[in-house]
Amino acid sequence: MTLDVSRIRKDFPILDRTVRGDQPLIYLDSANTSQKPRQVIDAISDFYERHNANIHRATHQLSEEATEAYEGARIKAAGFIGAASESEVVFTKNISEAINLVAYSLGNASAGFPAPDRFKLGPGDEIVVTEMEHHSDLVPWQLLCQRTGATLRWFEVTPEGRLDLSTIDELINERTKLVALVHQSNVLGTVNPVRQIADRAHAHGALVLADAAQSVPHMPVNVQDLGADFVGFTGHKLCGPTGIGVLWGRRELLDEMPPFLGGGEMIETVWIDHSTFAQPPHKFEAGTMPIAEAAGLNAAIDYLSEIGLDAVHAHEQALLADALTQLKGIDGLRILGPDQPEDRGTAVSFEVDGVHPHDVSQVLDELGIAVRAGHHCAWPLHRKLGVQASTRASFYLYNTHEEVTALADGIRQAQKFFGVA
Amino acid sequence: MQIQSLYQEIILDHYRNPHHKGLRDPYDAEVHHVNPTCGDEVTLRVSLKDADGGPVVTDVSYDALGCSISQASASIMADLVIGKPVSEAMAISQEFLELMQSKGTAEPDEDVLEDAVAFAGVSKYPARIKCALLGWMAWKDATSQALDEEAGLPS
Repeated sequence: MTLDVSRIRKDFPILDRTVRGDQPLIYLDSANTSQKPRQVIDAISDFYERHNANIHRATHQLSEEATEAYEGARIKAAGFIGAASESEVVFTKNISEAINLVAYSLGNASAGFPAPDRFKLGPGDEIVVTEMEHHSDLVPWQLLCQRTGATLRWFEVTPEGRLDLSTIDELINERTKLVALVHQSNVLGTVNPVRQIADRAHAHGALVLADAAQSVPHMPVNVQDLGADFVGFTGHKLCGPTGIGVLWGRRELLDEMPPFLGGGEMIETVWIDHSTFAQPPHKFEAGTMPIAEAAGLNAAIDYLSEIGLDAVHAHEQALLADALTQLKGIDGLRILGPDQPEDRGTAVSFEVDGVHPHDVSQVLDELGIAVRAGHHCAWPLHRKLGVQASTRASFYLYNTHEEVTALADGIRQAQKFFGVA
Repeated sequence: MQIQSLYQEIILDHYRNPHHKGLRDPYDAEVHHVNPTCGDEVTLRVSLKDADGGPVVTDVSYDALGCSISQASASIMADLVIGKPVSEAMAISQEFLELMQSKGTAEPDEDVLEDAVAFAGVSKYPARIKCALLGWMAWKDATSQALDEEAGLPS
């Protein structure tokens, strides 16, 4: 199961361009957003050139074709993650909206919308998160706690960058209504034992949401095996377009949850003073949805499925092992999170003594190497690790071992430029 | 390397040996500013005194964590405003802001901006403009608060 990187690179037109003068682009920022293959770009163009219309609400041929493109993407996404039915796949604009959908639906239930008690929160109830959450899977729960009076609790992160599970029995208890956690950390790369935590949560009747934005693009993820009740991911990290994300939820939960956004298409009947609502997934899809983006997502899933997520994962693990070895060989560099490739993805964040991440990334940029600098939307995690900010390199199926070496060389140049090596 | 236009020697010098760094007493106002994209932060104090023709900046002291651009900018800013009438310092601050927003097209006036002309190259790097402005914005905020307090206004 090897992957022909040089053939894959030909599918990504952007990898041919140069930056900052005539430097070939070395794109190591895929955890931020991935690049798009020709197949995805063509699918979006083809939609606009041949099939563009609004969906579900007209009887003409183009609308039928557009509806088929949109609903076809839903079927494709459902199969990709092992959903029991495509009605469990709700499209959103990104994973942040997917998580907010659940948070606001629970908020509506808590505010009196008719719903079963398991969706209602109030004082005395608890939501459990982790210190390694992206702000997208933290702030919505802070807001929900503020609206309902529930209490936010969290798993701590060990100095090695793993979740401290020693507190699990105390943290997840009869007061817990929901546990939200990241499957694979966008900073540390750490892959968390979602199943183990979900089993404990379910034993206490709590709901479980997994943020899979960084795992679904990089390894085979089956929602049945993962064990959560809700799983979110986003198209643009998956070789797909921006503007489309997915919330998968168990159908029996989606059936009983209050709606999130109100508007066209999410209704069953509307009177002047009240409405009834459509069945899932349409209940959660108000207004005109990202239709062309769905066509692009469909093509992206096809593209990755054809190569095989197992092959993608194996290639990335080899790059990761190489990167960890090369970076550990640089004096004054500290890797945040696990420094071995086991149970770890390809986001590699690090600190360089005496050179601020902005300055590291600026020198790398000058060399054509795109990385991210900052707290990567995980400020509490950086605070916990005692780090102001970090530089992050992240790898995907189109990256090469030569690019890993270029990164290591570039970091040494930054050290030299700032006089610390 | 093009990057030399960003990292002028003056900037690297101030980064390695920042002027006026460290919080000092007395002060009239203290602020804490953060760059939310990277978490860089500055705590900055301003001390003013009344003089004929309006208030004068007697001291600026700060404690900051951040990149070379933000550190050097705070250092040069303190050099520029200490000892100047507030009105003149505010005008310099405005000129620096305009330089940062110029996308590399402005010809900075060295008589006004002195060492801060070295930041002209930063205006070509949109992601770094906030770094260069962090200290200046903190100074402006602290000075406004100090003036409001003096005028008996709620800050």
